[in-house]
Amino acid sequence: MINAVGREIPDALLVNGKEVYQGKNYMDGKYLHKAAPTTRRYEKPQESKIVATLADALKQCGAKDGMTFSFHHHLRDGDYVVNMVMKAAIEELGLKDLTIAATSLGSAHDPIADYIEEGKVIGIQTSGIRGRMGEVVSAGKLKTPAIIRSHGGRPRAIEAGEVHIDIAFVAAPTSDCVGNCRGIGGKSNCGSMGYAMTDAKYADHVVVVTDCLVDFPNMPASVEAIDVDAVVVVDSIGNPKKIASAAARISQNPRDLMMAENVAKVIVSTPYFKDGFSFQTGVGGPSLAANLFLEKYMDERDIKMGWAIGGICGPMVELLKKGKVGKVIDVQDFDLDAVNSINQTPNHFEMSASQYANPANKGAFVNKLDFVVLAALEIDTGFNVNVLTGSDGVLRGAPGGHPDTAAGSKVCIIVTPLTRGRMATVCEKVVTVTTPGDCVDVLVTDYGIAVNPLRPDLIECLDNAGIPHVSIESLKEKAYSLVGRPDDLQWEDKVVAVLEARDGTILDVVRKIKPLSL
Amino acid sequence: MIRRPKPERFRLRRTMMFMNAQKPGLIKDAYIYGCDSIMLDLEDAVAENQKDAARFSLYHALTTIDYGNTEVIVRINGLDTPHWQEDIRVCVAGGADGIRIAKCESAQDVHTVEAAVEAAEKEFGVEVGRTLLMAALESPKGILNAYEICSASDRMFGVAISGGDFRKCMQTKFSPDGVDMLAARGQMLLAARAAGIQCFDTVFTDLDDNEGFKAEVLQNKAMGFDGKSLINPKQIRLVHEVFAPTEKEVKQAEAVVRAYKEQSAAGVGVFTVNGKMIDIAFIPGAERTLRLAKACGMYEGDLV
Repeated sequence: MINAVGREIPDALLVNGKEVYQGKNYMDGKYLHKAAPTTRRYEKPQESKIVATLADALKQCGAKDGMTFSFHHHLRDGDYVVNMVMKAAIEELGLKDLTIAATSLGSAHDPIADYIEEGKVIGIQTSGIRGRMGEVVSAGKLKTPAIIRSHGGRPRAIEAGEVHIDIAFVAAPTSDCVGNCRGIGGKSNCGSMGYAMTDAKYADHVVVVTDCLVDFPNMPASVEAIDVDAVVVVDSIGNPKKIASAAARISQNPRDLMMAENVAKVIVSTPYFKDGFSFQTGVGGPSLAANLFLEKYMDERDIKMGWAIGGICGPMVELLKKGKVGKVIDVQDFDLDAVNSINQTPNHFEMSASQYANPANKGAFVNKLDFVVLAALEIDTGFNVNVLTGSDGVLRGAPGGHPDTAAGSKVCIIVTPLTRGRMATVCEKVVTVTTPGDCVDVLVTDYGIAVNPLRPDLIECLDNAGIPHVSIESLKEKAYSLVGRPDDLQWEDKVVAVLEARDGTILDVVRKIKPLSL
Repeated sequence: MIRRPKPERFRLRRTMMFMNAQKPGLIKDAYIYGCDSIMLDLEDAVAENQKDAARFSLYHALTTIDYGNTEVIVRINGLDTPHWQEDIRVCVAGGADGIRIAKCESAQDVHTVEAAVEAAEKEFGVEVGRTLLMAALESPKGILNAYEICSASDRMFGVAISGGDFRKCMQTKFSPDGVDMLAARGQMLLAARAAGIQCFDTVFTDLDDNEGFKAEVLQNKAMGFDGKSLINPKQIRLVHEVFAPTEKEVKQAEAVVRAYKEQSAAGVGVFTVNGKMIDIAFIPGAERTLRLAKACGMYEGDLV
């Protein structure tokens, strides 16, 4: 069946009430029955929940074949916990047919590719998939199609019972002996633990893995002991150097700066740029640099940002400390400046992934966003964005909060260079639709700006401000004139990944790529 | 193959951005930053044993990249090197808008280059006279001969001072108030204006010193320069801001040009606009202000 972004979704996937993507806000007003977990009662007072090893914790939680284990990705590319847990489950306990439901996965998890090839791991549910795991899944070696969800789509799916978590593993920079966890105060700090929160509330069992045991009570806790079955103390949960970079530096690349300045000009041209406006930006070169130019315009007009959300890094913390942002609400931290600020700097708060972006709850922050500035691997002439598959069709990215913030915000700005190496970023048809074009409003490239024709109001804003803009078709043609028009990718029929829209409908599928032969 | 339109001898040249002609990543789309002219360098930026590779890179850039309205000038190697004749052939064959003569010291230097350019134009079937010239003055001798250089050829559209070499010759160094080159800049400006060509200031090399850069650009404008050589795209915006006319200046210029057109049609030579006496002598200045305003996005009318 063809969905609202023109993608063919195999009928075999449209079972148990699954539908194809119908457009923005299709599920609005429908009811959701929340799937409560089955949890063990701990009536008898316990001095401590510490168990000696991960294998012991797995046994205590009744780990068996076919279970779903969940993980969160605050330790980013420095994470050791996914690999440690899967090793204990598969190599020590001999478990098989396991599913990993992670908020995201990266190249730190290359060893999991072996378990996929051995058939021990048969399911992957994640936002991001990269490195070797992306390659083996794209090669069709995972037994069931991977399910890719946005950061808001995941808590929605958990609450709806579409993902049932048997055991959630919480990578905790600090924990006390009963499992009150925080993202700071230890040796592998990550700051916010927002992505772990929904998992801990909806999993049947919760195991905390920490490398820094602190005195009870570890407060204020991000994940609370009331949800935790066991605490395992290990030597190290991650490589601090890869968890949070020293400080996200604003790019000095003139191309990035030029695009960032144009992003700021677009923002300033709209009626939403007024005192108290809200903002989210990514940490990519031009996205982050937009902060710098926006600050200049805020000063000029003597206005302040009301609040900012998202993954947070130093430059936003800096604005908060200067009093130019009222509040920062944070689901993840990208650098040490942000890690050291959360819950320490006044008005720097933590939030859960559901509170951040879940389309099925009653008050996600993304729905109050004025502006979001995002990157893209590809964007097509329908303004559909791909941030998941590379130009070779292999899984190597993550929707993350991209579809959620795009859908919720009043103005979604994509900023990307027109070409990357030999690849046209602005193209005829993206490899995979990860954010539908009806949620994307403005495209800023180094060769010009294009506004989605669905937003005549924004076209008028740019015209009134004297900001030149062109059609996205002309940008596509320019890109192809520079680097050539690529041949279509060659796919096999087998679906290797299903891309869920944030509302749970199917936005696109990724098929097995035919091996390239020259 | 890209065929560039015939170059305009006098056009807006607020910003001329240097870049190594051998670096495809730099030159492939340098026009996106909005400078008025780009200066593709075959001289100091290119190592001695890479001159030939740089010429190939330059030729392919000129013939395959559409630089649009951005002027494309090439800085060739000095006349004391074995490279300049071949540099000129490549510039002309590729269709560069103009050539910057490095280390120019006399009218004879201009004539020497002009003869080679004309020969190349004939060789490659390019309209004779199409390729413009500008001179870089890099020595005290060049400065002292500025007027004869500026007036040496109809192809000459401008003259620039090159601070690095000039300061070395003068046994001085960069000074934030510009006193190190005050006399040279002044002499060059006088010569350029006397010859009726444009005049450009040298590069500012400390990319981290925003205040110093701004001070220098303000001084450039106050002294009467037409524009400035740049080494990084992030310097463009400030120069354009500083060189932009004020809104009041634009309004006055528009009124002057409009009134002149009406009055001269009615046979009147001298008249007043907003209380000021205006005659034909004011018109070129007012038109220049409007052209500048148009380039800065401040004027959309059709008087220029």
